[in-house]
Amino acid sequence: MNAELYESTSQTLKLLLAFAWLAPLAGFAIEIFGGYWSTRRSKAAAYLAVLCIFLGFCASVTAFGVWGSRTGWAALKHEEHTAHAVAQPPGPAEVETGEHAGGDHAGSLPARTYFSGSFYTLARFGNLIVSLDYYIDSLTLVMFMMVTLIATCIHIFAIGYMSDELSDDYVDHQVHTHDGGHLHRPGRYYRFFAYMSLFCFSMLGLVLAGNIFQVFIFWELVGICSYFLIGFYVERRSASTAANKAFIMNRVGDFGFLIGLMVLWTWFGTFQFSTHLVDGVERPGLFEMVRGPNGELTVDSRENIVRLHDPTGQHSSIPYILLVVAGLGVFGGCVGKSAQFPLQTWLPDAMEGPTPVSALVHSATMVAAGVYLAGRFFPMFTPEVLLIIAYVGCVTLFLAATIAVVATDIKRVLAYSTISQLGYMMLGIGVGGWGAGLFHLITHAFFKSLMFLASGSVIVGCHHEQDMSRMGGLWRKMPVTALTMLAGVIAISGLAIPVLGTTFAFSGYHSKDAIVASALAFRQANPVHFLLFFVPLLTAGITAFYMFRLWFFTFAGQPRDAHIHEHAQESPSVMTGPLIVLSVFAIFVAFGGQEGPLYRLLIHSEPAGLAAGVAGGPSGIVLPAHEAIHTVHEDAGGLALIAAFSGLLLAFLIYGLRVVDPADIARQLSGLHSFLVEKWQFDHLYEVMFVRPVLVVSRWFAAFDRVVIDGFLHALTFATIDLSQLDRRFDEGVIDGMVNAVGDAIFAVGRSLRVIQTGNLRQYIMFIAIGVVALFMLLMMFFPQ
Amino acid sequence: MDSLPLSWYLLVAGVLFVCGVICMATKRNGIGVLMGVELVLNGANINFVAFSRYTRLGIDGQVISLFVIVLAAAEAAVALAIVLNFYNNHLTIDVDKGDELQG
Repeated sequence: MNAELYESTSQTLKLLLAFAWLAPLAGFAIEIFGGYWSTRRSKAAAYLAVLCIFLGFCASVTAFGVWGSRTGWAALKHEEHTAHAVAQPPGPAEVETGEHAGGDHAGSLPARTYFSGSFYTLARFGNLIVSLDYYIDSLTLVMFMMVTLIATCIHIFAIGYMSDELSDDYVDHQVHTHDGGHLHRPGRYYRFFAYMSLFCFSMLGLVLAGNIFQVFIFWELVGICSYFLIGFYVERRSASTAANKAFIMNRVGDFGFLIGLMVLWTWFGTFQFSTHLVDGVERPGLFEMVRGPNGELTVDSRENIVRLHDPTGQHSSIPYILLVVAGLGVFGGCVGKSAQFPLQTWLPDAMEGPTPVSALVHSATMVAAGVYLAGRFFPMFTPEVLLIIAYVGCVTLFLAATIAVVATDIKRVLAYSTISQLGYMMLGIGVGGWGAGLFHLITHAFFKSLMFLASGSVIVGCHHEQDMSRMGGLWRKMPVTALTMLAGVIAISGLAIPVLGTTFAFSGYHSKDAIVASALAFRQANPVHFLLFFVPLLTAGITAFYMFRLWFFTFAGQPRDAHIHEHAQESPSVMTGPLIVLSVFAIFVAFGGQEGPLYRLLIHSEPAGLAAGVAGGPSGIVLPAHEAIHTVHEDAGGLALIAAFSGLLLAFLIYGLRVVDPADIARQLSGLHSFLVEKWQFDHLYEVMFVRPVLVVSRWFAAFDRVVIDGFLHALTFATIDLSQLDRRFDEGVIDGMVNAVGDAIFAVGRSLRVIQTGNLRQYIMFIAIGVVALFMLLMMFFPQ
Repeated sequence: MDSLPLSWYLLVAGVLFVCGVICMATKRNGIGVLMGVELVLNGANINFVAFSRYTRLGIDGQVISLFVIVLAAAEAAVALAIVLNFYNNHLTIDVDKGDELQG
């Protein structure tokens, strides 16, 4: 691709994705104001929201087509596993010039796998430029298509799911008023769709962002949308508490994010990911400064610094420890957003929001943003940071899976499985399986949003009953929901059937397989970190177990609650339609596995040098090469499959055939059971560690306020009152007295003059005559002659 | 005529003036009071005319006295109208009865 074509492609992609990004914002503006002024029974807001996001989807697909045709679909062709394969897509220009042989010009135009530039500069403080940029590569395009497609399906589903709200008098049966009734309020249909549109805008902005600060802006925007949507039923105490919890937990992570940003700004002087123009001068972005052309870190082990690749020479090095701090800080943000250990407790509570919100925000997209950022920011992570990412993911995936085994609320099971799967993704990225982690991100988005929507369909069908222990046998009543849910369950469990040398499997098998393979290769390269392989393998079995437990509990067997079963019914087609579409994607999106188109697309954007493996670093951690992962792929896939099938078998025996009563097991292991039901006591732990100390300290401060501050203020107030009373007496005595004295004097004079007004004409004439005579006499006396 | 000194005229005028004032001060009849007013005004007229003859006042004094006559006529017309109204309200023209506005 020559420079001219590169430029025109860049412009086209920029316009298309900017349209896809801004359409939901326009939708939001119209919905929030239009909905406020129009009737509460109007569905217009929903249709507009669907239209906007669907247009976004069309624009994204068009952008993908443009990108593919301009690059000759190079990403989809088979590549050699070499260090340069990813960094240099084939093109006539570079073959002719051969300027990449030395690798010195790897950052020059035609070799780039991404398109970047700037929309608008928001502000500039000295060297610090805050701008809205774009950074488009195959990962961006895949994320755009995934987000817009899933969002379209979920918006359509929500048209049906939220139709209760189409009323001037919505009765919230979960809110009790003082007089024993239920809360009545106007429906908030339009508001729901306005928030959803705002969320889509924020999420797409996050994916499109070309600098880490812009990521942070949209990071917070998705956070606030999540807050609005979790607290959608704001009158329910549980919902508003959950919204606060989610927001505050995310603040903890975002604090780390801010620290990371400060380190980056101080040592790199830029937030941009890639090369950018400043006053017409090209300056390198973060990735190019940290990584050499082959993706290597230049570490000076004598001084413990990392040499930066900055041609302008302004920023020559950064202490190694600070690069670790920056990476950990940004990863801290990811931990909060993706609900990783130790900030995982907010996500299950976030299920208080409407189910489409859980499907879109809290499983498919927003929580995956943390994983997306970890993938996007991968070049900035040192091996130590990656190891921490891997361990955090490992702890999270096991912890959440074990809790999911005992949860009975259908949405909470899915929430814990989301946390667990996010842990898988983090683990994949941490062990160097960059493509595997993001692969799982995409496949998980499809099957998890599918399962959430299916659970929403169940919840609506059962009249807002969420407790699985009151369901059962629903598959006859809700066949479409049951079957699509089964597709999702098989996908997440990673089941596959080997047929004639190849494997027929749903999407989840391929992606989880890739992660487990990466973990196995990582363990072989670093034997001391064996847990990073065995825990995910074990958890693969647990995953299959709790997901099939959910399915058997809900859909199979005899009804546990006759009343609910009696009234259960299949949802309307506006809700089952999206389920079918999503289930098709959940089954086929990873078609071909690691040789398939989706994985190829993602791996096209892989940071340079990762394919060849990374060795060394001060801590001696080795990231496995693609080759190494490929060789263990078969073994890992087989082991994962065995684990998944044993999980399935166990679930079938216990909940399908009911050979053992699960309640007996719970009684036998009551200590463990209650420990899991109490979510590993994390909420209690945080209560004791943070909430109570904060309350104690607040009480001290309250007492200080009451005694000292209030006392001082009260003294001040009383002094002011006394002074005012003094002033009042002065006013009343002196000032008023003076004014009154003048008035009284004039009044007295007037009163005394009254008596001479007798009304007697002749008397007046006498006065006049006497007056005249007196005047004459005075005249004679003082002016004689 | 030249043999008469100014003081004689002034004497006549003073007598007229005093007569007018006494008339005004003693008459209870409204018309009588008006007549007293006319005497006072004519006393003043005699003064003006006499001063125009004996001092440097000249023709101005005679003109002023003509104005006084005209104004006296106008005043009499207004005053008679007042008297008529007074009569309508009190069925008398005794000025002592008109003391409603006393203080």
